[in-house]
Amino acid sequence: MNPISRLGEISIKIALHLGRTFFMVKNVLFWLFHSKLEKNEIFKQTVRIGVDSLGVTTLTSLFTGMVLALQSGYTSKNLFNEPLYVGTVVGFSLVKELAPVLTAIVVSGRAGSSVTAEIGTMAVTEQIDALYTLGTNPSTYLLIPRYFAFIIALPILTVFANIVGIFGGFLVSSIKLSIPSSVYFDDILQFMEVKNFMHGFIKTFFFAFTIATVSCYKGLYTEGGAEGVGRATTNSVVLSMILILAIDYFVSSFLVLIGIT
Amino acid sequence: MIEVKNLTKIYDSKKVLNDISVDIENGEIFTIMGPSGTGKSTFIKSVIRLIEPESGSIIVDGRDILKAKSEFEIQNVRKNFGYLFQEGALFDSLNVWENVTFGLKYLTDIPKEKYIRIAKEKLKLVGLENIEYKKINELSGGMKKRVALARAIAHNPKYILYDEPTTGLDPISSDIIINLIKEMAEKLKITSIVVTHDVKLALTISTRIGMLFNGKFIEVNTPEKIKESSIKEVKDFIETSFIESK
Repeated sequence: MNPISRLGEISIKIALHLGRTFFMVKNVLFWLFHSKLEKNEIFKQTVRIGVDSLGVTTLTSLFTGMVLALQSGYTSKNLFNEPLYVGTVVGFSLVKELAPVLTAIVVSGRAGSSVTAEIGTMAVTEQIDALYTLGTNPSTYLLIPRYFAFIIALPILTVFANIVGIFGGFLVSSIKLSIPSSVYFDDILQFMEVKNFMHGFIKTFFFAFTIATVSCYKGLYTEGGAEGVGRATTNSVVLSMILILAIDYFVSSFLVLIGIT
Repeated sequence: MIEVKNLTKIYDSKKVLNDISVDIENGEIFTIMGPSGTGKSTFIKSVIRLIEPESGSIIVDGRDILKAKSEFEIQNVRKNFGYLFQEGALFDSLNVWENVTFGLKYLTDIPKEKYIRIAKEKLKLVGLENIEYKKINELSGGMKKRVALARAIAHNPKYILYDEPTTGLDPISSDIIINLIKEMAEKLKITSIVVTHDVKLALTISTRIGMLFNGKFIEVNTPEKIKESSIKEVKDFIETSFIESK
């Protein structure tokens, strides 16, 4: 196949995926206002996503906070003979950037993949068709609860990751760098403003929407039996991660532009 | 009554259903028989618009369901149908009674308190008792099919569509399903459309059989006349099936 044909084929595929995604989101929004919310399902999925991701989120943010304290402490020790502003570096890095992004990546790997696998399995075993024959549709029963679950669980997990990460930084600061706890926490509270926290917090909603859209879409359009489910799951995680990083840049730029720095 | 007129469905420029027409009378068991890939499943999926045909009309009780525009209208049409999927398509995350009564919430106004009683009733009808709280993965293939049948009839539909109901079942489970299809039609007066490549099933249960070949009905007749058909494709299909089963 010549490069132009290949380019054309790829463009058509991208347009197809974007079109289907648009219609999926449109249906989700339509049924959100035209059907009864599946409250039990929303609760079940929120708990599932939260619990599934809690352990990995804790470990990830704990070690991230620890390594941030270690690196910033020793760097400033080398430069100024004193570990300066460790709390500030740990706090700002976590709250604005690392906790939201890393938590989103962990959730996409842990919960996003399981959503894709679950919906994908339902698609290849005709369970999605069965939903239609039983008077409902995948938007109402499957997608809306999962959108809600990600949008509720991810911000909560991120706040939790902030706390755990700062605690991790505190452990290293006090044990390895001998920084008094009052200094460490003063360094954070002295400079941190609500808008700094909001900068990271607002981004989690964009990430949650992205993970929900990608994982549901990849599941819903799974083809090719068990092998197809595996492929869809991998693709879902990879695409979510790339989109999280890209969206992080653009949303951060926008937030800076409107003064939420 | 279901009247299918000039139904056409195209996949990748191939006409899977090619301008087919057939009338299915109330109370009959109409079986669509034919080799794999001839459009049998496409036909019944089109009947409840799980697949959108390119052209034609499907008139159910005087109303063309292909003209239903909104999802609400389509859902209204689907209320009249039960559907038994080839692999059952039961929801793994729910237990047996939750599966059986799943559609009641969306298709009927029956209060929730009555669900467990209805589940027991329908399960008894398909010969299953005391399995309401079992998980789906604890059931055998035959039991899954019967639970799926209980789910399909839970909302008392007027029509029931069976997609390869005996595929993948052992001979005993297969016979149970065959008897159940007959019982459903007799006891509940349900009109049935059965899609199968199982000749034994088709000849045993059907009021009429439509032989689908390359997207067209090449013969629609009673089982007795189908057995004696002079059409080469029909004869070959029946003979080959009997040789294979021996």
